Amino acid sequence: MLRDITLGQYYPADSVIHRLDPRVKLFCTMIYIISLFCFRGVAALGAATVFLIAVIRLSHVPFRFMIKGLRAILILMLITGLFNLFLTPGEPIVTFWVFKITAEGIANAAIMVIRLTYLILGTSIMTLTTTPNQLTDGLEKSLMPLSRIGVPVHVVAMMMSIALRFIPILIEETDKIMKAQMARGADFESGNLFKKVKNMIPLLVPLFVSAFRRADDLAMAMEARCYHGGEGRTKMKPLRYEGRDRLAYLLILLYFALILLCRKFLRWPQ
Amino acid sequence: MRGSMGIIKAVQLVHEYIRRDEEGNVESISTALDHVSLDVEPGEFIAILGHNGSGKSTLAKHINALLMPGEGTLWVDGRDTSEEENIFPVRQTAGMVFQNPDNQIIASVVEEDVGFGPENIGVPTDEIWQRVEESLKAVGMLKYRHHSPNKLSGGQKQRVAIAGVVAMQPKCIVLDEPTAMLDPNGRADVIRTAHELNRKKGVTIILITHYMEEVVDADRVFVMDQGKIVMQGTPREIFSQVGKLKEYRLDVPQVTILADLLRQSGVNVPVGVLRREELVDAILKAAQIA
Repeated sequence: MLRDITLGQYYPADSVIHRLDPRVKLFCTMIYIISLFCFRGVAALGAATVFLIAVIRLSHVPFRFMIKGLRAILILMLITGLFNLFLTPGEPIVTFWVFKITAEGIANAAIMVIRLTYLILGTSIMTLTTTPNQLTDGLEKSLMPLSRIGVPVHVVAMMMSIALRFIPILIEETDKIMKAQMARGADFESGNLFKKVKNMIPLLVPLFVSAFRRADDLAMAMEARCYHGGEGRTKMKPLRYEGRDRLAYLLILLYFALILLCRKFLRWPQ
Repeated sequence: MRGSMGIIKAVQLVHEYIRRDEEGNVESISTALDHVSLDVEPGEFIAILGHNGSGKSTLAKHINALLMPGEGTLWVDGRDTSEEENIFPVRQTAGMVFQNPDNQIIASVVEEDVGFGPENIGVPTDEIWQRVEESLKAVGMLKYRHHSPNKLSGGQKQRVAIAGVVAMQPKCIVLDEPTAMLDPNGRADVIRTAHELNRKKGVTIILITHYMEEVVDADRVFVMDQGKIVMQGTPREIFSQVGKLKEYRLDVPQVTILADLLRQSGVNVPVGVLRREELVDAILKAAQIA
């Protein structure tokens, strides 16, 4: 059933990583991404690898779920790899026709591919272990300081969580309208791209009308339950840091310090 | 003022929907509420019946301060709904359940949705959990607390919506055609839940519907037509006037019609029969006498 779809790619399990505060996960993912782009040398690469494997192990998410994310950027990785391979200036090792492969090129290509792989794996851990709603909560709380300069943080977070609730409903509705229009002779499959887009109109118009109607109803239902923005609101599930969250912060900072130290003192091989 | 009147009191309430063209000139005016007056005592179970467009939903939105009176006054628990500072206290006193179960559930988890109202009115976290649990228990949905609302049936969703209102601890709940989109089982569950809240917690219930079967257990029934209250009384008093009800395009329950026809053809059956068992008893009695 369409209503059963889970958004994002949350993998339900009971692990330390799942239980971490979403703010911690957001922060750690950010630091990890930065570390991937500023590490130098084999020692740092080793540290990044060990850290990644350790976190994957802790998360109890099967490795094949992680790999799924990689498939999507395979082409991007291929192109980046090839560009680095052929277009890095330096001492040519192999030359044929107009192409030449340099030692630097090989190193750059390898590093680039490793970086992208780790990047995807690292961010996948966050999305696989955090529900979209937790992420929204985490973002809301972390970005709260911005509301002082007039950024409507609460409102945006509320919109995001409502969108998450309504996406399955709207998908189901799309399906219903599509069937209803097909029963009336609408054709969604044949023709070229332009024709196909044009054929979507009998689907999109009723869908939008219904979405607006839902929005109107929902706004009224929210007002009826005294919703009046984020001011004076309490939380049923407030985010609170616990021991493990502090430990996670400490570990990621130690890891980052290690990467920076390697960058300074252990740059081998360049 | 407070205490001297019922929980809901309307005096000569008028509401007009005004349609304007692009220049802002009035194109047409339709009167949704036409000098409506009513008085509801705390703890009563009130049913408001009416055909589509009779103004019953407009009246419901007034009780929740979602609409403001054009003329006349409406007091909810002694508070005038037309005053700005009364809006939130009024909405807290009179909760509202709407027709479409999908369009009033905000959160992706049942318990979080029930907690939404208390969050809005600033209830402390511990108390929110307590209220959520109690409300879900009151509507018999406690075991679904961790479910996604998308996986519930219409009747279950509607009971979650009721729990969401109950968690705000209102004195009165307005149910605006809560069963219009449900199957018969879901309908029965929702109506039973409303009666239980009324009986066990003493919550005043205002049930707006066009299903006559749902109003037989109400304390008082109001019938609306074209923005006016045209009939009021106990269910028995209302149902005894079959001809008049048909005039207002309401579907009278089959039992009541049958009883009415029997009486017209000379069988000794009382006026305003509401339930099947009642009619059976009456017929048996009539047969014994004959």
